Amino acid sequence: MHGFANPKRFLALASWLTPLLLVSGLVLTAGALFWGFTQVPPDRLMGETVRILFIHVPTAWLGMGGWTAIAISSLVFLVWRHPLAAIAARGAAVPGLIFTLICLATGSIWGRPTWGTWWVWDGRLTSMLVLAFLYVAYIALAQSAEREGVSARIPAIFGLLGAVNIPIINRSVVWWNSLHQPPSITMGKSAIDGIFLAPLLVAVIGFSLIFGGVVLARMRALLADIQAEARLRRRAMEAD
Amino acid sequence: MKAKHQRLVLVVLALVALIGAALLAIYALRNQASYFYLPEQMAENPPEVGQAVRLGGMVAPGSLETQADGITVTFTVTGREQSAVPVRYAGILPDLFVEGSGVVAEGRLLADGTFVADNLLAKHDENYVPRELEGMSEHQAAEMAEETTVGLE
Repeated sequence: MHGFANPKRFLALASWLTPLLLVSGLVLTAGALFWGFTQVPPDRLMGETVRILFIHVPTAWLGMGGWTAIAISSLVFLVWRHPLAAIAARGAAVPGLIFTLICLATGSIWGRPTWGTWWVWDGRLTSMLVLAFLYVAYIALAQSAEREGVSARIPAIFGLLGAVNIPIINRSVVWWNSLHQPPSITMGKSAIDGIFLAPLLVAVIGFSLIFGGVVLARMRALLADIQAEARLRRRAMEAD
Repeated sequence: MKAKHQRLVLVVLALVALIGAALLAIYALRNQASYFYLPEQMAENPPEVGQAVRLGGMVAPGSLETQADGITVTFTVTGREQSAVPVRYAGILPDLFVEGSGVVAEGRLLADGTFVADNLLAKHDENYVPRELEGMSEHQAAEMAEETTVGLE
C-alpha cells in the first residue's frame, strides 16, 4: 500500500495500466451497448426506450462512485498526508462530473417518453443535480488551491463534506415519495429481468474500466504538471 | 505517530457531527421533500380547496372511464391503504398511463373531494420485463418472470 504512495512507482504502474484499462473498457462497453441496443427485446411498458438503461445506470453509479473516491482519498490525504491521495481525489473529479452529466442528460431524455416530462424537482433528480454542482465547485476549488498556493487541505475538507450527498442520493427514492422509481437492484436482488440485467452488468464493468483509466490518465497529467512547474521554479532560482 | 492519530480522531469526530447534522436536516425535511401526497396522506391532512398540490398513487384497475366529450377521463387513485381519491383530467395521456400502474397528478382538490388534474405524469415501477411476456396469460407470464428474474417479489 505504502509502496504505491511513491509517485515514481505509481507512474511506472500507471504507464501500462492506463492504456490497458481504457482499451479493455472501451471494448467491453462497445460490446455491451451493441448487445443492449440491438439484441435485447423491448420492455413490456417502455418499449425501445428501455435501452437507455445501459448508459443511464452505469453512469449514475460511477457519478456517485467518483465522489466516494474523492471522499476516501481526501480522508487518506488529511490523516496520513499522502500527496498522491490528493492527486487521486483530483483525478476522479473530472470523469465523475462527466459521468454525472451523462446520467442527468440520459435520464432527462428517458423521462420525456416514460413519465411525460423532461425534468421534475423530486428527491432523486434534485440530489443528483446537486452532485453535479458539487463536482464543479470541487474542481474550481482544487484548481485555485494549486494556482494560488492555498493548502490542498481545503479541497480535501470539501470532498469529505460533499460525501454527505451520496447516501442522500441513494436513499432519496426510499425516504421520500418521488417520481423516480425505487431501486431495482438492491443487495443480491434484482427486479430487472435477466435478459436486461446481463448486458447491464457488462456495461457497468466496461464503464468502470474506462472510468479507472481516465482517473489514472488525469493523475499522470497532474503529476507531470507539478513536476514541470517544480523544474521551472528550480531553473528560475538558479538563474538568479 | 501521535499527530497522525490526532488527525484521524479529529476527522472522525467531524464526520460524526456532519452525519448527525445531515440526519437531523433530513428528518426535518421528511414530509416537505416528498414529491407528492399519497391518497391516505391527503385524507389525513387535506390541502386547502384550490391549493396546487400533487397526488400520487396507483390507477385503480377498472376505474378508468372516458367521458362523453371524448377527452375528459376519470379514474380513482389508490395508495398503500384503503383510501382512494377520484381524479378528473382533460388532456393527452402519457404513453405509460394504464390501469394498475403508478401516476402523479398535478392539480387541486375540489370541495366535493374530487381531484382535478392539470397535468399527469406516469410513474414507472422498478420492474423491467421484456415484451415477450406480454402476450402470455398472466399465470404463464408470472411463471416466466419468476424463472428469469432474480428475487422478484
